[in-house]
Formats: sequence, structure tokens, C-alpha cells
Amino acid sequence: MNWTSFDTWIVAVGALSSVACALPGCFLVLRKMSMMGDAISHAVLPGLAIAFLVTGTRASLPMFFGAALAGVLTALFTQWISRLGNVDRGAAMGIVFTTLFAIGLILIRQAADHVDLDPGCVLYGAIELTPLDTVTVGGIDIPRAALVNGSVLLANLFVIILLYKELKLSAFDPDLADTLGYSSQFLHYLLMTMVAVTTVAAFESVGSIIVIAMLIVPPATALLLTRKLLGMLVISAATAILAAIAGHLGALLVPGWLGFESTTSSGMIALAAGALFALAWMFSPTEGLVVRHLLGNKLIDPDQELMSHSLDDIASP
Amino acid sequence: MTMPPFSEIMEVLLLQNYNTRLVVLSTTLLGIAAGLVGSFLLLRKRSLIGDALSHATLPGIAIAFAVMVSLGGEGKSLPGLLLGATLSGVAGIAMMLLIRNTTRLRDDVAMGFVLSVFFGVGVASLRMVQNLPNAAGLESFIYGKTASIVQTDFFLIAIVAGVASLVSILFLKEFLILCFDDGYAAAQGWPTLLLDILLLALVTAVTVIGLQSVGLILVIAFLITPPTAARFWTQRLLPMLLISALIGGLSGWLGASLSALTPQLPAGAVIVIVAAVLFLISMLFAPHRGVFPRIINQSMLRRKVDRQHFLRAAYEILEARANESSVQNVSFPVEDLLEKRSWTRRQLHRILRIARREDHLEQARPGRLRLSEPGFGEAARVTRNHRLWETYLIQYADVAPSHVDRDADMVEHILGAELVRQLEAKLKETLRDRSVPRSPHPLNPA
Repeated sequence: MNWTSFDTWIVAVGALSSVACALPGCFLVLRKMSMMGDAISHAVLPGLAIAFLVTGTRASLPMFFGAALAGVLTALFTQWISRLGNVDRGAAMGIVFTTLFAIGLILIRQAADHVDLDPGCVLYGAIELTPLDTVTVGGIDIPRAALVNGSVLLANLFVIILLYKELKLSAFDPDLADTLGYSSQFLHYLLMTMVAVTTVAAFESVGSIIVIAMLIVPPATALLLTRKLLGMLVISAATAILAAIAGHLGALLVPGWLGFESTTSSGMIALAAGALFALAWMFSPTEGLVVRHLLGNKLIDPDQELMSHSLDDIASP
Repeated sequence: MTMPPFSEIMEVLLLQNYNTRLVVLSTTLLGIAAGLVGSFLLLRKRSLIGDALSHATLPGIAIAFAVMVSLGGEGKSLPGLLLGATLSGVAGIAMMLLIRNTTRLRDDVAMGFVLSVFFGVGVASLRMVQNLPNAAGLESFIYGKTASIVQTDFFLIAIVAGVASLVSILFLKEFLILCFDDGYAAAQGWPTLLLDILLLALVTAVTVIGLQSVGLILVIAFLITPPTAARFWTQRLLPMLLISALIGGLSGWLGASLSALTPQLPAGAVIVIVAAVLFLISMLFAPHRGVFPRIINQSMLRRKVDRQHFLRAAYEILEARANESSVQNVSFPVEDLLEKRSWTRRQLHRILRIARREDHLEQARPGRLRLSEPGFGEAARVTRNHRLWETYLIQYADVAPSHVDRDADMVEHILGAELVRQLEAKLKETLRDRSVPRSPHPLNPA
């Protein structure tokens, strides 16, 4: 194996985008909306296509806004359909994102005569190529993707730190949050906007696979290891970074073992995240399968009661 | 884009065009099967399983291809690829169930996990095998490539769709009980786990045969959209299944035909959009459960309630004036109404307009109101019903007299004439000779 500065940058870009996704992902998982990341990442396709058809270029900024708008609209339409039509939220989400995706495919097919806008490139991204596109900051060449994903990560961190208490409350008990005057509706759309912006920023550089996986898998892993929100955020960020490193290493090594030439790092990063989840699933000190097996049975933890019942029971008289 | 001639449109729609017949027929059958199977998923609130499942088939396709090539085969045999897809789809579902049953994580997390990790593995393995000979085109499973359906593919699709539909109908009763009350089903001794597995097997079968024609992302829509649309038209399972199958079949038929007629449109996407349009129509216009009919019903009920409130208030004002002697229909000041009920002037004007339209009011001096003869009769009837309900609730439901006004108000506008007759029979005592009984609680303001 031949590790170069290229590889370091790939891992850095992967880690930045992974952490940027994992943080809002924690709130998605807590709000039982894990599938929203998947839905949004499929549904941004028409946004990209329309932005392209309108401006006629593949310039990043219009594409970015088009896609982010499409992402927020997915959340909005899902909400409307499930409210107005009294439809199960999962089904509403499924209808919205498949329809938007279909519209995107058709638009892209119409535009295909003029330019190469391949749905595949949206899906897989090209994390391997990110070190080639650099900007100079303070005399150092930094990949543009690192800058973009880094900024999104900072923005997400800023919002989470600023609204930590509010997000926490509305994640565990939206009704209580409403009663206390923190509109859970507003926080919901804020979170959706965060997810959409993060998704789109990560998309362009690393593809949607990393996005979908990182919105769910690191938070799920963290949830097996801790019962505290702060701990969950920290552990999922650490999981995301580890997955980026292990994933890229895997992409360099695994194809050789199996007799193939190469593979894509984004897919392997998703796989690495899955492997980390499996480790937590087996060996988590509080609820790992192996640990539970060794100790004879289920562990009962007072915190668990609190979490599974949420604040409902405490708040209501 | 030019419009194809009418004769060609009919030819495609009526399956007379040899080139498109197989494609249109396959997607129609697929739509019917997915509509049936998806209905159970929707009622079980597991619509997104199709999403997780279809993503989870991707590694199977790549691995099956690699295995077939390494065994010296040609690699792109459809049954082989679909077998691989089935196996990895099943592995995905198994993993999902395992996560759900052995951790605290909820359904959505388990689904999201399987979806993203399997899809990642799928893309990674597709990339690995892409340098093998003849590998181009494997990625068409993601977006679908309807036009590539040949006769053997068609037979495969037809058989699987047929079997899936047949099993859905045969196990109708079992799935019904599973969907509506799985706890009860288990208590009654039904093998709920086996039934769940059977349902997931059907979903897997439909998803896998849908991969080739509409692609793994759009097949999700086939499983979700038709049943959700059908749900707006009916409350009963069998009609829902039939409508869902109809909508699924219609989307497949129209979508594939449209795309066959215009080469620029990918079939999978058009099918999904046709289904979405049918869904939108159902959601907005289906009688009873549709959005617009519901809004209309609600506003009609609100008007009825307002009108009845007005009449009762008017009657109680007249009653207070009559002072124990029999109630006379005389004119009274508008202000009395405002005092009686917490209406704003605007609301009152709206309500008076409704009452005039119903001929409940007669001409009176400005600032005063006078009920018409039918209006007065209706007012007496409404007040009587209200008091009957109040008395009933006090006597039989132990509602405190100070609260009974509101409780009676919640039922009296909705419950019909037949129930009022039963009330009369029960409350003969209270009625005695009076046509309108006294109020069982002090009226405010007296």
C-alpha cells in the first residue's frame, strides 16, 4: 500500500463530511425520523436538475440552493401529506421522495443532450477526486471539498451549541417543548434545513452514500453506548471519523485481497461504519449481545426507563 | 417532442405493438402485484421496508455477477442476478429484524442502517467488479431499464407477480388479522411470525422482479403509492386491495405506454409520476376521506352547529321573557344574543345570514330580531333535543349539572332522529306534558 498526501486529504474530506452528517443525524434518530436522510438525499435530484436547466451551468451555488430547497420541500410535503391526508408518515415520505426522484430523472434525461449530468455521480460522488480541486488558503492548498464540508460542520456545530437545550427538549418531548414556548415545528424545520444543507454540501464532493450512512449509522452506534445526548453527539462524531479512516484503508486494501483492482471509498466508508456499529452491538458494555450473554440476561438500567418513557410521564400530572 | 399519431397510441395501449407489448404487460402485472402486497405493508405501518429491502438487493447483484463470471459463466443471466438480489435482500431483512429484536433501537433506525450499509457495500462491490468483462450495464438495476425486457424475463415477471397476487388473496384473512391486531392474532394462536415472514417474502419477490423494469429506487413507489391512494377510497380491506391493485396496474400500463411512445422518458420515472398523480387525485377528491370533501363536510357541520346554537339561544331568550307562561314568538333585541353567547359581531352577522337563508328569520325593526313560524318551531325542537340530552347525561351518565351543557353540545349536533326517539322513550318522566322540558341547570344569563 502506498499512502500519499492524497490519501490523507481523502480521509480528511471523508471525516469532515461524515461528522457534519452524524451530528444532525443524532437528532433525526432521536426524533424517529432516520429515514428522512435517505428520502432527502434522493429527493434533491430535481433541485439539482432544475438549477442546472435554469442557469445552464454546473456552477455550485445555484445547484446548492436548488438542492437544499428540494430537500426542505421533501420535509414539507411529507408533513402536509401525513397531516392533511391522515397518512402514515413513512408512506408519505416514500411517496414524496420517489416522486421527486422520478421528476429529477426525467429532467436529467431531458438535459442529457446538452451536458453530462449523470445521476450516478450524485449517488456515488467522487471522493477520490476531491484532492485535485484545491483552493489556496493562507498559502496552503486545501481541497475545496474540505473547505465546504468543514464550513458546514462548523455551521452545524454552531446551531447545535446555540440551541442545544431546545433541540434536546424537542427531540425527547415535542409537546412539552411546545408548552414551554419552544416551537417544535420551528425546530423540526430547522433540523430539516440543517440536514438538507449538509446533505447537499456532502453530495457534491463525496456522494449520497456517505450522507445516508452517516446520518444514521454513527448515531445508532452511539445510542448503543450511551444514554446521554452529549455523549451521543461525541461518540457519533468519533465513530464517523473512525469510519472515514477505516473505510478509506479498506478501499485501498480489500480489492487487492479479493483479486480486484479498486473500489470506491464512499461505499467502503459506509461499510466501515456498519462494522463499527456491529462492534458496539456485540460488545457495548451496557447492552452488547456478548456482554448480556455473559451476564446471563438483560441488564436493566434506570436510565433506560427514563428514556423509553420519555418525559411524557413525568410532565403530565 | 412531437406527438405520436393516435393510431400508434392506441396500438401501444392495447398491447398490439409487438415491441412494447411485453414491457407494458410486465409493468402492469408488476403494478397489480405490488399494489396487493403493498397494501398489507401500509396497514402494518411498514411501508418503508420496501425502501430498505430494495437498497439491500444491490450487493447481491454485484456478488452474483462476480460469482457467475468466476464460474466461467457469461455473468449477466437475469435469473442468477435476481437470485443474488433475493439472497442479499433476505439477509438485509434478517439483519433488520435482528437489530430490532436485540437492541433498543427502533424500526426506523434498523431500516436506515440496513439500507445505507447494504447500499454502500453494493456500490463498493459494483465498483470492484466493473473491470470484469461484460460488466457494463449492471448499474441499470439502480434506475431500471424497462426496454430491455425480453420474453424469458417477461415469463419470470408474470409468474412471480401471479404467485404473489394469488398468495395475497389466499392469505387475505390471515394478513387481515395480522395487520389490524397482531397481538390478538398471536393470542388466538395464529403463527404471526410465520405470517410476517411470508409477507416479507412476498415483498421481496415483488421488489426483485421490479428491479429490472423500474429500478431499485422507483420500485419503492410501486409498493407504497397505490395502497396509500387506495386507502382514501375505502375503509374495508378487500375493496382497498382491489383499488390498490387497480391503481398499481393502471400506473404500470399508462406509464410504460407513455414512455414507449416518447423515447426521451424513462419508463420507471413515468410510472412513478402516473402513480403519484393518481395518489394526488385520491387524496384531494376521494369521497369521505379526501381533503376537499372533508373540508366541505366540516364546514357544513360547522354551519349546522352555528345555526342550532343561534336557534337555541333565541328560544332561551324568548323563554326568559315569557316568564313561566307559555313561550311566545315575539321580537327581541340583537344585543340579547350577544350577551347570551360569546360571539363577536362579525360571527353573529355570519350566523344571521345563514339563518335568513334558511328562512328562520322574519322582517323586524332595525336592531331587533324575530323568528319566522318554521324558525320558531325548529328552535323549540333544537332546545328540546338539547335538554333531553342533558337530562339523559345527568340521569344515566352521572354528568354534573354544571358541566352538562357542554357535554350535550358535543353529541346533539351529530346524533340523529332515531336516537332522539329512543331518548324520548327513556325520558317520558321529564317530558310529561311539556313539549319543551325545563333546562336541568340554571341558564346563563338568566
